[in-house]
Amino acid sequence: MLPFSYAAAPDTDTAMRMVGADTNAAFIAGGTDMLQLLQEAVIAPRHLVDINALPFVGVRFDQGSSRIGALTRLSDVADDPGIRQHFPLLAQALLETASPQVRNMATVGGNLLQRTRCLYFRDATVPCNKRRPGSGCPAQDGLNRINAILGGSEQCIAAYPGDMAVALLALDAVLVVQNAQGERRMSLDDLYRLPGETPQHETALRSGELITAVLLPPNTAAANSHYLKLRDRASFEWALVSVAAALQMDGSQVRRARVAAGGVGTTPWRLPRVEDALHGRELTADLARQAGELAGDGATPRTGNAFKVPMLQRAVERALVTAGGLA
Amino acid sequence: MDSPGPLTSTPSSQFDIVLTVNGASHRLAVDAQTTLLDALRDRLHLTGTKRGCDLGQCGACTVLLDGRRINACLMLAVMAQGRSITTIEGIAEDGALHPMQEAFVEHDAFQCGYCTPGQIMSAIGLLTESRETDDATIREHMSGNICRCGAYTNIVAAVRDAASRGA
Repeated sequence: MLPFSYAAAPDTDTAMRMVGADTNAAFIAGGTDMLQLLQEAVIAPRHLVDINALPFVGVRFDQGSSRIGALTRLSDVADDPGIRQHFPLLAQALLETASPQVRNMATVGGNLLQRTRCLYFRDATVPCNKRRPGSGCPAQDGLNRINAILGGSEQCIAAYPGDMAVALLALDAVLVVQNAQGERRMSLDDLYRLPGETPQHETALRSGELITAVLLPPNTAAANSHYLKLRDRASFEWALVSVAAALQMDGSQVRRARVAAGGVGTTPWRLPRVEDALHGRELTADLARQAGELAGDGATPRTGNAFKVPMLQRAVERALVTAGGLA
Repeated sequence: MDSPGPLTSTPSSQFDIVLTVNGASHRLAVDAQTTLLDALRDRLHLTGTKRGCDLGQCGACTVLLDGRRINACLMLAVMAQGRSITTIEGIAEDGALHPMQEAFVEHDAFQCGYCTPGQIMSAIGLLTESRETDDATIREHMSGNICRCGAYTNIVAAVRDAASRGA
């Protein structure tokens, strides 16, 4: 590992100041992605600021809504009885994330901010516009099986690999972000940036800002939600394609739908055209199939992952059928 | 042994830390990059915990941190100060094997043995997590431990057996 200094921040202001003032400084919480990035020299921060002492742990409920501290370990969220009862989609996505050992250390905030698994990003010996701006994107016509079919650009087609963010999108999550001026809120939708011409800028967070909590509004879809993750192995493997479907049903009629996909976009990907096709309609196997077709709109298959387009369409269809109780 | 002072908020690259491993305190000087796995094996010579990938992907380095299973390769040693670490060397009591070790022996749940300490520590951690103990759940919740020899069938049997005996 390249050398770095380490400090444990005693409070939030100190943490934000240490990282905000220094572009070579980074936060470390659970460390489950950070250690991999350091071991493979993908990133080389000169200073690590440990934020584990900060008071952002715990899952709270208030009249149906939930506040999840950003330093809460993934396993503690997944096993929380209130989350399992009121936000089963989140618990399901988390239990299909990583491994038990990783879930015991990884935090909510860190999981949201995890870096792509693109083979070229993670290989420090090759060009990569995200890792080294301007060096090129070998994924465009290279080994791009796991890369994105939505949201890519000529500079970058790296896929966002996480599951939790996809489920949180379907649950209308809002983030609490703290900075030197105070606190701001942003919809999870607004956290992630498309690569465009600047793939090195992945989020809307400013230097030194900290995600402190995830807020979930009361969930009207708890009875009709499903997280479907398709991957090469049954467990401990990233999604090729994943779908989070959350339906508020009135009998067999869909009052409101939230559908999001993972493994296919450069960011977690909402599917508004799929959602619009469902609103106010009676959910049938036919409607699920038609809605699934729409998920492929605008997709750009890569040389190595054309299979992801029909896989996404069918995964959306399958997730809707399961969530809707038609299975 | 003095108890460790609060971790400094002044950035540093060398640290004098105290690691509590299997109930014993060890004072050692580490640099910031030293992982818990490095410290256990290379500094404390507790080589029962194995290095398989150094990337948290194989589980051979599984230990218990305050009773919960983690990958030692994904933790910096300096961040383990003040926590209680249990390794494979620490689970037998007075020369008697831990029930999980016994179950692995009885069910021939290993071939080369390299993944085995991590499998056993992971299984011990699993049984503290109050999950169902049917085979499908055991397999799913042991998926963080890879076995190149393919001893999975017997590993599942060992864990199932240990669970049924209240291990």
